[in-house]
Amino acid sequence: MKANRGVPCAGVEPLIYELSKPGRMATTLPALDVPQAELPPAELIRDEVDLPEVDELTLVRHYMHLSQLNWAIDVGFYPLGSCTMKYNPKVNEAAARLPGFALTHPYQEVHTVQGNLRLMYELQEMLKEIGGFAGVSLQPSAGAHGELTGVLIMRAWHLDRGERQRTRILVPDSAHGTNPATTSMAGLEVVEVPSDKRGNVDLEVLRGLCNETVCGLMLTNPNTLGLFEEQLTEVVALIHGCGGLVYGDGANLNALLGIAKPGDLGFDVMHFNLHKTFSTPHGGGGPGAGAVGVSAALTPFLPGPIVELRRCRESDCGCDCAAELDEEAVCFHLTMPEKSIGRVKAFYGNFAVLVRAYTYIRMLGAAGLRQVSEMAVLNANYLKSRIRDLFPVSHDRTHMHEFVVKGIVPGAPGVHALDIAKRLIDYGFHPPTNYFPLIVPEALMIEPTETESKEVLDAFAEALRAIRDEALTDPELLHQAPHTAPVRRLDEVRAARQPILRWQGA
Amino acid sequence: MSYIPHTEADRAEMLAAIGVARVEDLFHDVPAACRFPTLNLPEPLSEMEILAELEAMSEENLDVGHYPCFLGAGAYHHYVPRVVDHLLSRSEFYTAYTPYQPEISQGTLQSIFEYQSMICALTGMEVANASHYDGATSTAEAVIMALSVGRGKRRRVILSPTLHPEYRAVVRTYTRGMELEIVGDEPALNTDLEALISLLDPNTACLIVQTPNFFGQIEDLTGLADRVHAVGAMLIVVTEPVSLGLLRPPGDYGADIVVGEGQGLGNGLNFGGPYLGFFACREKDVRKMAGRLVGQTVDAEGRRGFVLTLSTREQHIRREKATSNICTNEALCALAMAIHLAALGKTGLRTLAELCYHKAHYAAGRIASLEGYRVWNDRPFFHEFVVHCPAPVVAINDYLLEEWGLIGGYDLERDYPHLANHMLLCVTEVIRRQEIEALVEALDEARKEVAA
Repeated sequence: MKANRGVPCAGVEPLIYELSKPGRMATTLPALDVPQAELPPAELIRDEVDLPEVDELTLVRHYMHLSQLNWAIDVGFYPLGSCTMKYNPKVNEAAARLPGFALTHPYQEVHTVQGNLRLMYELQEMLKEIGGFAGVSLQPSAGAHGELTGVLIMRAWHLDRGERQRTRILVPDSAHGTNPATTSMAGLEVVEVPSDKRGNVDLEVLRGLCNETVCGLMLTNPNTLGLFEEQLTEVVALIHGCGGLVYGDGANLNALLGIAKPGDLGFDVMHFNLHKTFSTPHGGGGPGAGAVGVSAALTPFLPGPIVELRRCRESDCGCDCAAELDEEAVCFHLTMPEKSIGRVKAFYGNFAVLVRAYTYIRMLGAAGLRQVSEMAVLNANYLKSRIRDLFPVSHDRTHMHEFVVKGIVPGAPGVHALDIAKRLIDYGFHPPTNYFPLIVPEALMIEPTETESKEVLDAFAEALRAIRDEALTDPELLHQAPHTAPVRRLDEVRAARQPILRWQGA
Repeated sequence: MSYIPHTEADRAEMLAAIGVARVEDLFHDVPAACRFPTLNLPEPLSEMEILAELEAMSEENLDVGHYPCFLGAGAYHHYVPRVVDHLLSRSEFYTAYTPYQPEISQGTLQSIFEYQSMICALTGMEVANASHYDGATSTAEAVIMALSVGRGKRRRVILSPTLHPEYRAVVRTYTRGMELEIVGDEPALNTDLEALISLLDPNTACLIVQTPNFFGQIEDLTGLADRVHAVGAMLIVVTEPVSLGLLRPPGDYGADIVVGEGQGLGNGLNFGGPYLGFFACREKDVRKMAGRLVGQTVDAEGRRGFVLTLSTREQHIRREKATSNICTNEALCALAMAIHLAALGKTGLRTLAELCYHKAHYAAGRIASLEGYRVWNDRPFFHEFVVHCPAPVVAINDYLLEEWGLIGGYDLERDYPHLANHMLLCVTEVIRRQEIEALVEALDEARKEVAA
C-alpha cells in the first residue's frame, strides 16, 4: 500500500481543533518594544477567535500525517488527462525562495525592483517566442483566469471596432469544461459545436454558425481527446473569414513546444498554464499562473500592468542606471497597455510562480522544450499501444500528449470507468481523469507526461491488464475499490445532502 | 536537460511498439508549414549556472530584509514562522493536484476543511470556500455572487471609495460584460458611510466596504447591514485577517459576504503573488457561492473523511449557467495561512494584532509631533495610517531610501489625485523600535532637505 506508507495507524488523522488544548502555542513573538497605545473603543473589539491551540511538535506531526494521506507526483505516477502532472524540479523551489525575490513588496519604486522586472520581461519575451505571439501579460493567476482574460480581450477588440453585435462564442463539445462558464462570465452567449467522427470540429456545422454575431471560437488544440485538429487551417480561416477571433486554450500546450507556435497556426489569443506546461507545482489546487499571449492587433487590450523595456538614453526613466555612462543601458517599467481591459488581479501576477517557470525555460532552452513535447507525445502513444487491446481507444488516430479510452470491459457490464479508476489506486497509481471529456462514455483520459519512464508506463499498462482480468473474474473487487487507501469510497451524496462545511465542536 | 528518463534504447523500443520510424512521424497532423519552428531562446543552463544567474538578478532588487519597509496597502510584511515553509515544502502537499480522488487526497481535503473552519472563526461567518486568487478577485466574485442572489435583476453596485483601488479596478474588469451601474467611488472622495447609504435603492445588488479601509482606518459598521438589507441588497465586507485578531468580525454586525486578502498570514510578500483571497458567506447562500468547497462525510466503513462537495454549483457541471469559472485556486497559500493560524492559536493571533497596533500607533504619534507632518487621526486605525507630508511623497521616499536605507510609504496621489503629499504608512511586528525612530528622524530631515 503506497498511499499511506509511513503512517503507523489507520489513515484517519484528528482535526487540528481536536488536538487543541487551552494555553498551548506553536509560535513565539517579540516583546512589545514601544509604549502601549489605547485600544479602540470596546464596540470595535472582538471576543477571542476560535482557533486551535497546539504546541509546535503537535502542529508538525499533524501536518506531516496529513501530507502522508496525499498522493503526489513525488509519490508516484499521476496520469491525469489535461492536467500535465509532470515532475516539478526542485531547483525551481530554491529559485522562488531567493530572498532577493521573495522579500520584495509590490509597491516598491521600480528602480528598486529591477531584478524582478527583468525576470518578468524576459519571461514575457520567451513566452511570446514559444507561443508565436506579439504580446504577453503575466497577470492572470490560473488557466480559467487566463480564459476570462482572453475572452474579455476579444470582446473589447470587437467593441473598439464598433461591433457590438458580436456576442456569440463558439465552443466545441471537446473543449475544456471551463470554456462555457468563462463565456457566460464575460456576458456572452455559448454556442456548442459538435465534433465529427474523427474527433475534429464538425466543419459543416461550423460553417453554418459563422456570421457577424460571432465574437470568436474557443479551441483547445490538441483537444481533450488528445487529437490535433486535422482541419485547423480551415477552421481558423472560417472564423477569421466571418470577422471572429480564435482563442486557444493552452492547457494542452505540452504537446506543442517547439512543434508548432499557436500564433503561427492562426490563434489570436491563448493562455499558458505555467503550472502545467512549465513545471511549476499544482500545490494541491493552486497557485497556478495563466499568462495570456495575443497577436499584434490585440496587444493594446492586454490586462496590465505589463513590463516594458526602455533605453535609458531615450527615455526619462528616472532610474539609477547610469545612462550617461552606458549607451546601452536599459531599465524595466510597469505599464498599462493603451486600451487595456484593466486589471484582472491586484499587483502583477503570481510572481513566485513566474520565477519557477522562468527557471525551467532557461534550463531547457529551445532543444530541451522540443524534447519535452516529443517525449510527452511518444509516451502517450506508447502507453496507448500497450493498452489498446484492453480498453477501446476513443479514436483510431495518432494522438498527441494524451488519449481517451472507454473504461468498459466486454463481458463485465457492471464495471464502470469509476471502478477501474478506483482499483488503480490499489495498484499504486493515481487514476486518470474520468468521465471527461463528456463526449466519450465512461471516459478515462490519460496523460502520462514526458517525465515518466518506460518502466512506469509498462507497470501501469500491466496494472490495467490485471484490472481488466479482475473485472471478468471478480468484479466486486473493483466495485469495492480502493481497498488499501487511507479511507474507502466516500459518501459524496451524504456530503452534499447534509453539508458539514466547518468544524463546530465535538 | 528536460528531466526526461528516456534512453536511446527506450525510444527505439517505444517507436517500434507504436509502429512509426521516427518521433517526428507522430506530428503529421500539424500543418507542415508551421511544423518544427525555430525557437529563438537563450542557450540552456545547468542548475548551478541558472541559480547563480537568478541570485544575481534577485540582488538587483532592494529587499525588505535589508531595507526596513513601511509599505502596506494590501501586501503586508509579517514574520512567517519557519514551521510554515517547512511543512509547505512537503512535496505530498505541493506536488499534488486538486483533490479529485478523495481516497488518496485526504491530506489536502482535511487541511482545506480546517482552513475553512478557521476562516469562519476569523470572520464570524458560517461557510468559507477553499480560496480565490487574491483579495481583489474574491471581491469581484462577491459582487457577482450578490448579482446572482438578486437573480440578475438588481444592477447597481455601490463601492466604497476607501476600498483598495486595485480591487475596485478588478471589480470593473470582471463585470465589464454585465452592464452594471457601479457607483460610490467616483468622482469625488467621500469616505462618509452616510454618503454610500444614500445611494442604496431597490435596484442595488450590494454595497461593498473595506475595514480597516485602504487608509488603515477601522470603520464602525454597526447598523449598516440593516440599512443595506432594508432595500434587499447584500453587505459585502472586505477585511484583513491579522486585524481580525483584535477587531470585531464582520459576521457580528450582519455582513452577508466577507472577503479579503489572506497573504498577511503564512505567505510572504513575493512581489505581489501568489496570495490568496478568502471568501465567506451565510449558510443560506452557500449554493450561490463560487469556488471549491470541502465537506465532511463518511467512508464505506463509517470513518470520517472529506470530499469536494456541492459541486453542482461549479463550472464543470453547470457549464454556461455557472456564475464563475474558477477551478484552480490558491490551495497551497491557503494551507500556509491555516498553518500560521494554527501556530499562532487564539492567544498568538491576538498578540500579533496588538503588536502591530501598538507599534503603528507609536510611529504615528512620533510622526505627528514632527514639524510639517500631520497624521489623520479622526478615526481609529489598525496598523496603517495616513500622513500629510510637507513635500511630494516621491521626493520624501527617495530621500529616505538614499540617505537612510528605508523604504517609505505608499503615495496616495497615485489613486487619489487630491491627496498629493499624502503617504500611507504601515508598521507591523517586523519593524523594531529603532527603525521607527530612524524613520521619524529621517522624515524630519527630509522636511528640511526636500521641502526646502
